[in-house]
Amino acid sequence: MTTTENPSAAAPEVGRDRRRKEDRRLITGRTRWTDNQALTGLLHLSVVRSPFAHATIKGVDTSAAKQVPGVVAVYTAADIGADQVQLPCAWPITKDMKAPQRPALAGSRVNFAGEGVAVVVARSAAIAKDAAEQVEVDYEELEPVLDMEEALKDGATLVHPEIGTNANAQWVFDSGEAGSGGSVAEALQKAESDDDQIIVRRRFRQQRLVPVFIEPRSTVVDPTGEQLVMWSATQVPHILKTMLALVLGLPEHKLRVIAPDVGGGFGGKLQVTPEEVMTLLVAQKVGKPVKWTETRSESLLSAHHGRDQIQDLTMSVTKDGRITGLDVKLLADMGAYLGLVGPGVPILGAFMFNAIYKIPAYRFDCTNVFTTKTITDAYRGAGRPEATFGIERLMDEVALELGMEPMEFRRKNWIKHDEFPYTTVSTLTYDTGNYEAATDQALQMFDYDGLRREQQERRRRGDVKQLGIGISTFTEMCGLAPSRVLGSLDYGAGGWETASIRMLPTGKAEVVVGVSPHGQGHETAFSQIVADQLGIPFDDVEILHGDTQSSYRGLDTYGSRSLAVGGIAVVKAAEKVIEKAKPIAAHMLEASEGDLEFTGGKFTVKGTDKGVGIGDIALAVFAAHDYPEGIEPDIDAHATFDPENFSFPHGTHLCAVEVDTETGFVQLYKYVCVDDVGNVVNPLIVEGQVHGGLAQGIAQALFEEAAYDDQGTLLSGTLVDYTLPTAADLISFDTANTTTASTTNPLGVKGVGEAGTIASTPAVVNSVLDAIRHLGVKDIDMPTTPYRVWSAIQNASGHAGRGDEANVASPGAGLGSTASDISKGDTQGGHL
Amino acid sequence: MARIRTTVDGLVYEDDVEPRMLLVQYLRERLGKTGTVIGCDTSNCGACTVHLDGLSVKSCSVLAVQANGSEVLTIEGLERDGQLHPMQQAFHDNHALQCGYCTPGMIMQSIDLLGENPDPSEQEIREGIEGNLCRCTGYQNIVRAVQDAASKMKPGSAPAAESGAKQTVAGGGA
Repeated sequence: MTTTENPSAAAPEVGRDRRRKEDRRLITGRTRWTDNQALTGLLHLSVVRSPFAHATIKGVDTSAAKQVPGVVAVYTAADIGADQVQLPCAWPITKDMKAPQRPALAGSRVNFAGEGVAVVVARSAAIAKDAAEQVEVDYEELEPVLDMEEALKDGATLVHPEIGTNANAQWVFDSGEAGSGGSVAEALQKAESDDDQIIVRRRFRQQRLVPVFIEPRSTVVDPTGEQLVMWSATQVPHILKTMLALVLGLPEHKLRVIAPDVGGGFGGKLQVTPEEVMTLLVAQKVGKPVKWTETRSESLLSAHHGRDQIQDLTMSVTKDGRITGLDVKLLADMGAYLGLVGPGVPILGAFMFNAIYKIPAYRFDCTNVFTTKTITDAYRGAGRPEATFGIERLMDEVALELGMEPMEFRRKNWIKHDEFPYTTVSTLTYDTGNYEAATDQALQMFDYDGLRREQQERRRRGDVKQLGIGISTFTEMCGLAPSRVLGSLDYGAGGWETASIRMLPTGKAEVVVGVSPHGQGHETAFSQIVADQLGIPFDDVEILHGDTQSSYRGLDTYGSRSLAVGGIAVVKAAEKVIEKAKPIAAHMLEASEGDLEFTGGKFTVKGTDKGVGIGDIALAVFAAHDYPEGIEPDIDAHATFDPENFSFPHGTHLCAVEVDTETGFVQLYKYVCVDDVGNVVNPLIVEGQVHGGLAQGIAQALFEEAAYDDQGTLLSGTLVDYTLPTAADLISFDTANTTTASTTNPLGVKGVGEAGTIASTPAVVNSVLDAIRHLGVKDIDMPTTPYRVWSAIQNASGHAGRGDEANVASPGAGLGSTASDISKGDTQGGHL
Repeated sequence: MARIRTTVDGLVYEDDVEPRMLLVQYLRERLGKTGTVIGCDTSNCGACTVHLDGLSVKSCSVLAVQANGSEVLTIEGLERDGQLHPMQQAFHDNHALQCGYCTPGMIMQSIDLLGENPDPSEQEIREGIEGNLCRCTGYQNIVRAVQDAASKMKPGSAPAAESGAKQTVAGGGA
């Protein structure tokens, strides 16, 4: 027997800026994207999609397509039973929720432009695409349903006449009824008659976005083996497998789902898609492996969208700046059907509108609405960016009405660091946080006072380029999620996560995890955790994931849960390995278990230099020649962790922009954020997550919108029209961390994946408005494009551009722009 | 069908291709060079960027027949004898990738950028890669990686594969 020095014993891996294990294959092109799969006899699919938002299908003529050389088959929905499928919605938010049937291909009616109606099977993707254009579909157009408010009126055209309404569900939280606070109705009534209070009402629009993962979706199904195998570009291989079994009535043990390398998701691959089901049905029908890979235009048209809310917010506040009540009324656009968790996305916002503030009375009332548009579902932040935008825009508006510095108003109302743990008016208990510390550091890094002075100088000089400063102090709930909380919200699954550790005879470890990465760096971060827990080298750990054959149990990756839930399962599995190894170590060392301690990868007998390494024990149980009676010769372990609470990262984000008052062009000038994400496993990965999150949140504020015309046609259906930010559109961000360790998990970690996106959008919009408010501009809808900013300035100064004010709002939203008014006093000016 | 003879990552290939076949389809579907990927259908994303005779092109915007008689270098041809190209190394060192889907194109474009401008400013880098979209990184670490590579690459140095000796590979069937 040998004992080896553990090289990593001195320096813990957790906290190191390890370069990623994942990188080598990605920077050399040795990748395993789903579309790279090339199986013998593989056939290719192309979907025929509806150009109309709402239409009855009178007939589908596939005869010409079938004549195209190389075409194997052309199927309508009925040919493969795709019209009879009910794609799953796992989150029935209310008992009486209305849920229309969502087929894999439309049989008799299409309900959004882009919905599939037929599929071509051919020897190559190019032939399939050519033939798809030969499929003749006879449509009879119906009225599109595009405007949420119109859709809820009596006599409105119904997307799904069979359910009798365009309302999916109404979900209400009232702190008076819940006992977590007072009644908002009473608070507002009191404020009305109180000369020391004001009431501020605003309407904000959360435009529709598209996640735009860079790898287009792709699914390959091989039906030729004993188990049917599906490769898919998905965030959720485990959920997908179980749902396929449930939806199609397939025996679950005859299915294997693999998420190979997956190129980004951002919530956009948190779905059980019509195309996945369709591909499976076709594969079964033809008995050959088949592949479906979407084009980018198909992706923008048919992969789920995100956001899309109308927010009516009312806040009552004392004139010295104490919030007395907050009323939130939302309309949330579901699109044509319900996605996997679509109806629950806006409901997550119910817990976040109160944000970091102490609010004595709160009410949240959300109505989900069906329209003839692409479905909406999770997109980075899912419900929390919408809520954070609403409250952080409103905080600025109220500060303005009070004549108070916006940060001062926030300070007056936020939870102080010595008040944690703090149970909020929406019933969550925030374990830790320090908003003062993050804010003070951010203000100092930003040179807040200096930029305010510069702003004043530019104002005084009347510069063409005016400076604006925007604030967002945010928190979020992530690490989804405690299973009992999900149960109380009628979610269809738990929120636990699993990990298994397999100790190999040579002392290396294979760690199987249930979370499923698509860019996050799990292989690196989890290796760091295991290295510390088991005292073995970082390079001796292999993380296995994304294949239900090796990882049979898991709930996958979304909601910033991989570290805060999945990482803790890894810790728990490692603890079990050590526990199982202990009696064997005692046997090998001829010592009593009580005399052993485990540090640096080694069991030692207290007070002696006798010891045995975990690798030696792994070899000993492999040989199994000599081990204690009554135990199994095995130190592998499996653990499931169910969190007791969410994690609550927070931070202060400060944005400065230059607005060209002659062109309306907004240029980022400076961006500082200080985030508290708890203890950090890998600072390099954390910083990268923040950068990417910021880019997406900033893009919502400045660039992106899924816009529809009045016929329900997606106008931004290519990357020419849907404007992702390029490197030249962004600047380098100044990021930093403060740390309050989470007290609800043993690593003290919080989530980071969504923080940047949740926080940044209101900071940017607040800064744009701050730059031009002195010109009379009150509000601008997102994205604050040059045209909208220019028009806002023109209208505010009485030079209405070309009299086409309505275009300033979201095209097709039918809302004009955000209306707002102050119920009391004369605090409201002009508005765009 | 048209007959083409093309050098890809140092090997010569002869193939009959449909005149409409894109270079990226040829690379992926005929040569199995799946390191080069497709991210859009409008030439916006740059994920498919390769070098054609030493200059970056979006291989979705070049026909395979246009590459006849030319040298193509893809992400798979950058590594030499187990040594990463300095740009690949810089992307790794600076955490300039997350999901990695845009990475092959981003690396090929960044090498081209330094070929034109060995010592670019941050703004010149940002403008030099604006035809390549990344959804994960916010570009900040990509900019750092290009700066890092610039400091490590001698001006004018081209990757070995673009001037190396060649082997010929017989044409594959259709």
